[in-house]
Amino acid sequence: MADHHSSVTWSHQFEDAGQQHEAASLGMWVFLATEVMFFGGLFCGYTIYRNQYVAGFVAGSHELNAVIGAINTAVLICSSLSMALAVRAAQLGKRISLVSCLIVTILLGLTFIFVKLYLEWWHDYQHGFAPALNFTFAGPNTRSVELFFCFYFLMTGVHALHMIVGVGVLSVLTVKAWKGRYGPDHFNSVEIAGLYWHFIDIIWIFLFPLLYLIGGRY
Amino acid sequence: MSEQVHAESSTRTFLAVWFWLLALTGVEVFLGYKQLELKLMITILLGLSVVKAALIIAYFMHLRYEKPSMAAILMPALVIVIVLMNIFLADSMRLLHMRPH
Repeated sequence: MADHHSSVTWSHQFEDAGQQHEAASLGMWVFLATEVMFFGGLFCGYTIYRNQYVAGFVAGSHELNAVIGAINTAVLICSSLSMALAVRAAQLGKRISLVSCLIVTILLGLTFIFVKLYLEWWHDYQHGFAPALNFTFAGPNTRSVELFFCFYFLMTGVHALHMIVGVGVLSVLTVKAWKGRYGPDHFNSVEIAGLYWHFIDIIWIFLFPLLYLIGGRY
Repeated sequence: MSEQVHAESSTRTFLAVWFWLLALTGVEVFLGYKQLELKLMITILLGLSVVKAALIIAYFMHLRYEKPSMAAILMPALVIVIVLMNIFLADSMRLLHMRPH
């Protein structure tokens, strides 16, 4: 482990710190590309069944609370801002500012997860919208509304799982940032965690209109 | 030092991007309550989402300031996803129509 007080250090397989930095970013970007393919499959499945069962998907979408969804979108966008500011603080070597930005990001992430799991999922479960567990929606297109909720729980669930992993990663970073491990020459970890965090935000930006809004709420 | 100047301007850029992301989300929610033709609605909502994603990728994920080769490496993944989606979508329509009634 490199001494963090030394000016610039990099692993021996790299020519210089710049190359190490590029390799780290590229690694995360390639991982995110595989994530695009993973979520792309889910979005593709959603689109296929949505085209087939328009009425059921519209009815299902109407059962979701668009206001809560919009608030959660705003929470996630704010967390992306604080994450971007955290990376900036790490680059400038501002330790307190870095730790505060990371904590704000974590708190906003936890807010999102709490709203998602408690105010939405738990509410949906209590009202009988959980496929295979207690699905009791009465009305036309019951089967296709159930299909909509399968997609809803799967896609938001996988997304929430990414958020939980992200909060875990950021918690580790916060502890290390508090110990002063990051600075103008050592901010790769903060930066690539930031890339991951922004990516989760992007996924939600597509999930929100597709699940909550496209049903039409007039 | 130029780094310091860059830091100042980038914080302002982040705030501007943040503002636009929230504003576009507001527009999306507003449109969600409007009576629009379904195809038009989907096109507008997804178009706005693509703009939001592009803002995040360019500025928060600062792909704009990386070497152009970084973006070039990512392009094939995006192209493959879009091409595969179109193949699957077309095929799914065919299969659904072949289904016995």
